[in-house]
Amino acid sequence: MSAEDVLLKMGRFLRRSATSPDLRAVYLTGGVEGDAFYRDRWSHDKVVRSTHGVNCTGSCSWKVFVKDGIITWEAQQTDYPSVGPDRPEYEPRGCPRGAAFSWYTYSPTRIRYPYARRVLVDMYLEARQRLGDPVAAWAEITTNPEKREKYQKARGHGGLIRVTWDLATEMIAAAHVHTIKAYGPDRIAGFSPIPAMSMVSHAIGSRFVSLIGGAMLSFYDWYADLPVASPQVFGDQTDVPESADWWDAAYLMMWGANVPVTRTPDTHWMAEARYRGQKVVVVSPDYNDAATFADEFLSVRPGTDGALAMAMGHVILKEFFVDRETPFFTDYVKRFTDLPFLVRLDRNENTYVPGKFLTARDLGSSEEAAEWKTVLMSREGVPVVPNGSVGFRWTESGKGRWNLNLDTDPELTLHGRGEPKEVLLPRFDGGGVCHRGVPVTRIGDHLVTTVFDLLMAQYGVRREGLPGDWPTGYEDVAQPYTPAWQEPITGVPADRAVRIAREFARTAEASNGRCMIILGAGTTQWFHGDTIYRAFLSLLLLTGCQGRNGGGWAHYVGQEKCRPQTGWALLAGATDWSRPPRQTPGTPFWYLHTDQWRYDRFDAGELTSPLARGTFRGKHTADLITEAVRNGWMPMSPTFDRNPLDLGDAADPIAHTRAELRAGRLGYAAEHPDDPRNWPRVLTLWRSNLLGSSAKGDEYFLHHLLGATSNLEHPDEEAATGKLDLLLTLDFRMTSSTVFSDIVLPAATWYEKHDLSSTDMHPFVHAFNPAISPPWQTKTDFTAFHLIARAFSDLAKEHLGVRRDVVAVAHQHDTPGELARDVGPDLKLVERDYGAIAEKLAALGPLTEKLGLPVKGVTFLPDEEVAWLGQRCGLVPRGVAKGRPELDTDSKCCEAILALSGVSNGRLAAQGFRQLAERTGTDLDGLAHEGHRIVFSDTQARPVHVAASPEWSGKESHDRRYAPFTINVENGKPWHTLTGRMHFFLDHDWMHEYGEALPIYRPPLDLAALLGETGTLRYLTPHSKWSIHSEYQDNLLMLSLSRGGPTIWMSVEDAARIGVADNDWIEAVNRNGVVVARAIVSHRMPPGTVYMHHAQDRLIDVPKSEATGRRGGIHNALTRVLIKPTHMIGGYAQLSYAFNYLGPTGNQRDELTTIRRRSQEVRY
Amino acid sequence: MRIMAQIAMVMNLDKCIGCHTCSVTCKQTWTNRPGVEYVWFNNVETRPGQGYPRRYEDQDRWRGGWTLNRKGKLELRAGGRLRKLLTIFANPIMPSIQDYYEPWTYDYENLTNAPLSSDIPVAPPRSLISGEPTKISWSANWDDSLGGDPSPDPVLAQVSDQVKLSFEEAFMFYLPRICEHCLNPSCVASCPSGALYKREEDGIVLVDQDRCRGWRMCVTGCPYKKMYFNHKTGKAEKCTFCYPRVEVGLPTVCSETCVGRLRYLGVLLYDADRVSAAASVPDERDLYEAQLDVFIDPDDPAVASADLPPDWVEAARRSPVYQLIKKYRIALPLHPEYRTLPMVWYVPPLSPVVDALAGTGHDGEDAVNLFAAIEALRIPVGYLAELFTAGDPAPVNTALRRLAAMRSYMRAVNLGEPHPVPPDAGLSEDELRDMYRLLALARYDERYVI
Repeated sequence: MSAEDVLLKMGRFLRRSATSPDLRAVYLTGGVEGDAFYRDRWSHDKVVRSTHGVNCTGSCSWKVFVKDGIITWEAQQTDYPSVGPDRPEYEPRGCPRGAAFSWYTYSPTRIRYPYARRVLVDMYLEARQRLGDPVAAWAEITTNPEKREKYQKARGHGGLIRVTWDLATEMIAAAHVHTIKAYGPDRIAGFSPIPAMSMVSHAIGSRFVSLIGGAMLSFYDWYADLPVASPQVFGDQTDVPESADWWDAAYLMMWGANVPVTRTPDTHWMAEARYRGQKVVVVSPDYNDAATFADEFLSVRPGTDGALAMAMGHVILKEFFVDRETPFFTDYVKRFTDLPFLVRLDRNENTYVPGKFLTARDLGSSEEAAEWKTVLMSREGVPVVPNGSVGFRWTESGKGRWNLNLDTDPELTLHGRGEPKEVLLPRFDGGGVCHRGVPVTRIGDHLVTTVFDLLMAQYGVRREGLPGDWPTGYEDVAQPYTPAWQEPITGVPADRAVRIAREFARTAEASNGRCMIILGAGTTQWFHGDTIYRAFLSLLLLTGCQGRNGGGWAHYVGQEKCRPQTGWALLAGATDWSRPPRQTPGTPFWYLHTDQWRYDRFDAGELTSPLARGTFRGKHTADLITEAVRNGWMPMSPTFDRNPLDLGDAADPIAHTRAELRAGRLGYAAEHPDDPRNWPRVLTLWRSNLLGSSAKGDEYFLHHLLGATSNLEHPDEEAATGKLDLLLTLDFRMTSSTVFSDIVLPAATWYEKHDLSSTDMHPFVHAFNPAISPPWQTKTDFTAFHLIARAFSDLAKEHLGVRRDVVAVAHQHDTPGELARDVGPDLKLVERDYGAIAEKLAALGPLTEKLGLPVKGVTFLPDEEVAWLGQRCGLVPRGVAKGRPELDTDSKCCEAILALSGVSNGRLAAQGFRQLAERTGTDLDGLAHEGHRIVFSDTQARPVHVAASPEWSGKESHDRRYAPFTINVENGKPWHTLTGRMHFFLDHDWMHEYGEALPIYRPPLDLAALLGETGTLRYLTPHSKWSIHSEYQDNLLMLSLSRGGPTIWMSVEDAARIGVADNDWIEAVNRNGVVVARAIVSHRMPPGTVYMHHAQDRLIDVPKSEATGRRGGIHNALTRVLIKPTHMIGGYAQLSYAFNYLGPTGNQRDELTTIRRRSQEVRY
Repeated sequence: MRIMAQIAMVMNLDKCIGCHTCSVTCKQTWTNRPGVEYVWFNNVETRPGQGYPRRYEDQDRWRGGWTLNRKGKLELRAGGRLRKLLTIFANPIMPSIQDYYEPWTYDYENLTNAPLSSDIPVAPPRSLISGEPTKISWSANWDDSLGGDPSPDPVLAQVSDQVKLSFEEAFMFYLPRICEHCLNPSCVASCPSGALYKREEDGIVLVDQDRCRGWRMCVTGCPYKKMYFNHKTGKAEKCTFCYPRVEVGLPTVCSETCVGRLRYLGVLLYDADRVSAAASVPDERDLYEAQLDVFIDPDDPAVASADLPPDWVEAARRSPVYQLIKKYRIALPLHPEYRTLPMVWYVPPLSPVVDALAGTGHDGEDAVNLFAAIEALRIPVGYLAELFTAGDPAPVNTALRRLAAMRSYMRAVNLGEPHPVPPDAGLSEDELRDMYRLLALARYDERYVI
C-alpha cells in the first residue's frame, strides 16, 4: 500500500463515509451539511405563471420563481392540455432567450424612472412658467426654429435626466393637444407591433391613439413579414397550421425558414415527425441549423427560390397533369382553385395577351354584381356561372349561394376544343417575352381560355398541337421554366429539382395532400417576395395540399394570431366608442415621412412587364401612392393637407370635404409629404424598438424624421428634416428608440402585469400575471396610458372641447367595399369629446352591442356578453360612460377580450357560423362548440384550448389540430377572393402592368442598375439565434453565449479576399449607411453572401466607424424601403385594404454591401 | 454482486437543436453569482468545434481521467495522490480562465446616464475579472454553429483524413454536456481532501462545500472539465444533477426545460463490484461493452434480493434510460476511453442520411440504400466513433441503422402501405414501434422516470 492510500484510508475512518475497497470512490449517504448551499439556492417562495410579451410567436407559458420578493429565474411550464395520445405534446415550450428574460428585471439597462432630454425640459419649464400654460409652452418650443433645432439635434446624444411622472405626462399631453389643435389628430401616430403576444398592453395604447383620432401604423407589412401572396391567393392575411400539425405531414420542406432558430419551441415536432417517416428537405443559401435535420439540403442562391419552385411546378404539371392525369389533383384544382375559370384574351397587335376573367356581365347578365361573377365551362361546352364568387358575397340575391358547390363538372382545359392562339407572356430572366399557344374558344365577342391553359403556357409545359416556342424537354436551358433553366440561376442541380418535385407530388398523392412547405423570412422579405411565394403556393395548390391537416403552406415569419381577435380589435380600435379608427399602412407612411422616396431616382415604369401598357411610365413611386390614396385603395396619415377637425366645422362636413376636394382647394397630404402642414408630429412607441430594429433605412429616419445627426453620406438637401415634434417611447430597457426619444417612460416588464398571450403556433390562450409589483417608478403600459389620457383630458377639455373629425376610409376587405374599385375613399364623420378620453378609455362603449362586432364578414352581437361584463367588472357610476362595464384594470380588459371573441366564447362563434351559413347556404352546424367559454382565471390556471370560430378558417378542437382552410375544403365555404377559390391568376390592371398576373420568376432587384449601388456582396439579415428582434441581443446571458456584440457572418473565401480573420473588426457600407461589427468567418456560409443577423442594435459594443467618424449603425443602416406598386391595389375583391392584411412590404433582402477590414483599434 | 442504483441521463443528439435553453436555465438557477460567472454546469457545444473549455478533450495536455499502468491497473492520468500531495501548493494542470473565457459585462449605465455629447451613447465591454475595457475574443460558446475555424477540435484531428471543412461538405451537430456522474469518477479520486463524494443512494457526484479546500486537483482529474473553481469562495463547484429537485421527484432543470425533448432521466442498476474491472479492460474499444455488462437487468432475480427501495426497482423497470442504452443499444457513452464509466449517454445524430445519397442517384427512401448511406453520412461515422466508442465504428453503425430502420418502417406505416416490412436492423416490428414511441412521443412522465 502506497503512502497516499494510507492517508486516505485513515481519512476513511475519521468520517462517516464509505470508501470503495480500492479507494477510488468515496460514497456518502445523505445528511451532509456541505450540500445545504444548493438546497438554499433552490428554495423559493412562489411560482407565478407568465410569459414574454412582444414580437415572438412562441407564446410559451413560463414559471417565474420568486424568493424574498425578488424574481430569481424562470423555467418553462409543462401543463399544456394534451393534443392526443398519438403525437408529441406541447410541453415544454420556451427558448434560451425567454429563459434569460429575468436578467432584465434588475439589470443596469432597466429604465427605472421617467426620463426626458434636459435641453427640452429646461426650455419647457421656462416657457410654461412664463406662459402659464403647458399647451402654449409646447407650441412655442416646437414652432420657434432655434428651440426646435436645439432639442431635435440633441436626439440620440445622451443628456437624459430624470423627471417625474407628472411632468412627463403633462408634456406628453401638451404635445398631443397642441398637435390636434394646430395640425389635426391624424398628425399623431402610434406604433406597437404584434398584439397577440400581449393583447392588453398593445390595445391600451392603440385605444388611446384611436380615441383621439390618431393613426395606428401597421407592422406586419412594414416588417415584410406579411406575405402579400396570401391575400392575393387566399384572400386571407395569413392563416397557418399550428406546429402540432407538422406532425401530420408526410413531406416537409423548410424553405427560407430556419426553424430551430426562429421557432425554437416548435422544432421538436419536426425532429420527431422524422421518426414517423416524414421526409425533410431544406432549401437555404447557407448550411443552416435546419439543414442539419434535413434528408436533403439544397443550397440555393439568395432570392432565386422562385426559379426553383417554378421548375418544380413545371415538373408537376408535366408529369401529373399531362403525362398522366392524377384524379386526386384534378378534382381538387377544379373545386378549390381558379384553374377552370375562363379568362378573356386581349389583342396585342397581331397576337394576344391574357386579360380579365370572363364574368356574367360579359355573358349579358344584368343580375346584381354580374361583373363580379366569374365563369367556367361545363363539359358540354356551355359557360356556367358557378356559386361562390365575390358577386354572391355581398348581394341580396347572393344569399345562400356563396358556396363552392359546382353543379357542373367544369372543364379544366379547352385543349382539343377550339382553335389555339398564341399569347405573349412576360419573362424577367433577361429573355424578352414568351410566345406560347393556348387553346381558346369564342363566347360572344370574347376569345377565352382557362386559367389552367394559361398556367400551362406560363410554365412552358408543352401539349400537342399548340403553337409557340416551347421547351424541348427538362434539359432545355433556354426556355423557362425547365429544371435545366433554373440550374444556372439557383445553383441547384436540375436532376435534384426534378426528383424532389416528383417525390413531393407522389407523396401528396399517396397521403391525400399531406405535404407541407414551411416558408419564412428568407423567401418573403424580397422586393418580389410575393412572386416567390406564389410559385411555392402553386406547388401546394396543384397537389391538393391546402386545407389539409399535415399539408399546405406554413408561413412562419412575424405571423401572429391574436386568437381572440374580435375582442382585441374592439378594444384596440376603440370601436366600442367611435368608428372607424384610423389605421395606416406602415411602409408607405415611413417611405414618405422619412423622405426615402426622394432617394428613389428611377421611373416607376422601370420594373414593369415588357408587355406593360405604360401606365406607370413617367411617374415616381410616390405618385402611385398618391394615386392609391386618391382611389380609396389605401389610407394614409395625415390624410388631407388640412386639419380634419377644421373640415368637421362645416355644416355638412362630408359634403364640404368632397366639394373642397373637387374644387382642388383641398389636397391629399401624400402629394406633398415635405410640406410642414403634412408632417407627422407626435409618434409614440411602446412594445417596440422601431429605431433599433424594424426601421429600414434607419439613417433616413434619423436624418429626416427626427432631425438628428446621421450617417447618411449624401443627404438630400431639399428634403425636410426634423418633422417630429415629440418622440415618446415606453420601454423597460434602453434601446436605440429610447436614446433618440424626447421622453422615455419606464415600463413594467412582462413579469409585472396581467395580460393575455396567444399564437398560431399552438391552440392555447394563457395569461401573464405579476410575479412582483412594478419596481422603482415603472408602470404597466396600461397604467401609463391611463395617466397620459388623464393628463390629456384635463388639458383637452378646455383647449379642444368636442370636435367633429372627417375620417377618410379605404375600401375595406371583407366588406362590400371590396367591390368599390377606384371611386375614391369613403368619408365618415366622427365626434370626439376630447375632455372625456380618459373616461372612455376605462369603460366599454355602447357601440359594442349597438353595432356589433364585425369580423371577416360576419357580425357578432354580444348583448349577453356586455351584461355579463357589467356584472363581472362593475358599472361606471358617473360621467360619459355611466352604466357601462368598467375596463379600468388590465385584468378586466383580459376578461373583455375573451368574452367578446368567438374562439373563447362559443355562443358568439355559433352565432357567427349561423350568419355565415345563411350566406353560404351550406351546413356549418357542429363547427362551433356552443358551450365553450374561457374566462381570464382559466388562463391564469393553465393554458386553455381555443375553439373553432368564423374568425379563422380552420377547424379545431381537442382532437383536431388547426390547419387553415379546412372549413373551406370540408364545408364548401368560399375563400374571400374574386372567384371564391384560391387564385393562380390575378387580373387587376396593375398586376398585368407588373407582369405578375400568373406565377412567375422575378430575380432580385438589380440595385446597381436602379440605384447605382456598387457593393457586390449580398447583404442578408436573417433572424438571430440570440435575440427576438432587438430584445435579448443586449442581454448578458445571450451575449455571453455568442460573440458578445454585433457580428457579420461571411464565407471563408470572401474573408480571405479582403484579408479578414475571424473576429476582426470590419465595416460594411453602402449608399444607405455603415455598420461596424466583428466578422464571424465560417465555412457554413456560401461565398458572395454575408449575414448580419437581424436587429443588432447600436448600443452594445459598437465603436465609431472609420467611414464617418460616428457611431456605426444598426443592421438596418444598410437597408432601405422600396415600394412595390402592386401591393397598393385596392377595392378589388381580395386585393382590398385591411390593416396588416394588405399593404406594401418593407422588403430589405435585395440589398448589397461592400465590406472592408478596418483598423483593429476601435474607439467608442 | 453488489447492486446499486444511479440516476442516469440519455440525450438524443438527433433531436438537439443547439438552442442552449438548458444552459441558460441551469445558469440562472445555479450559477449566476459572483465567482462562477464563467461557469456553465450545462453547456452545449457545436461539433466539430473546440468545446468549453477549449480543447478540453486533449488529454495529452490536460491529463484528465484514468489510464492503465504497466500492471494493467487504473491510475489517474495526472498522477496518483502522492504526486498530488507533493504538488499541492503548485498550480495543477488546469485550463486558465482564457481557456474557459474571461467573463465580461458592459457599461450599460452609459445608455441612461450619458451626458449630452456628440454621439450616440454606447455600452462598451468590460472584463468581469479585471474590470478593464476588453475586446471580446472568446466565450463559453464561441464557435457556435461553425463560427470560426473548427479545426483545433481534438476529435477532428483524429479523423482529419475523413473530413473536409468546406461549404459543400459542411456538417454539424450539437453536444450538450453536464457532469457525467461517473461510476468511476476520477474527480473523486483526485481530491486530497476527500471533499468529493458519490452519493450512495443515487450516484450523484457532489462536492462537500465544508470540506473542500480549493486544491483544484479535481479540475485536473475530470477529463470532461466539468469541475469548476469558484474564485470567490475558493471552493470547487459542479453540476449537482439538481439533487434538491431529483430528491422530490422533479427532473433536473436542464431536462425539464429541454425544448428539443431530447433528455431522458431514469434509474440504472449496476453491480458495484464489477466497476473496477470494467474500467480496467485493456482495450479501450471494449469499454463500451464492459460498461454495458455492469448494468443489471431490472428484471434479474438478483434485484429482488438486493436491498433497494421498491419504488426504485419499479422506476428501474420503467427506465427509459435503460431501454435506450441496453435494450435498443442506440445510446452510447461519451469518451469511454477516459475510463471513468460516464453515466450521461448519447444517441448519435442520424441526419442527414438521404442527402448523402442524393449524389448517387439512388432513392434515398429505400431502406437498403439507407443503410449503405450511413457509411457516407454528412456527419462522418468516424467522428462519432471517436466521441462515443473510442473509435470503434461498429456500435455507432448499429445505433444509426436502428434509427434509420425505424424511420423507413414508420414511413411505410405513415403512407398507409398495407404490409410494411421493417428493414433488418436487429429489432422486431414491435421493438421498432416501442422505440419510435419512446423517441418521438414520450411524454413528461415517460421521459423522466425518477
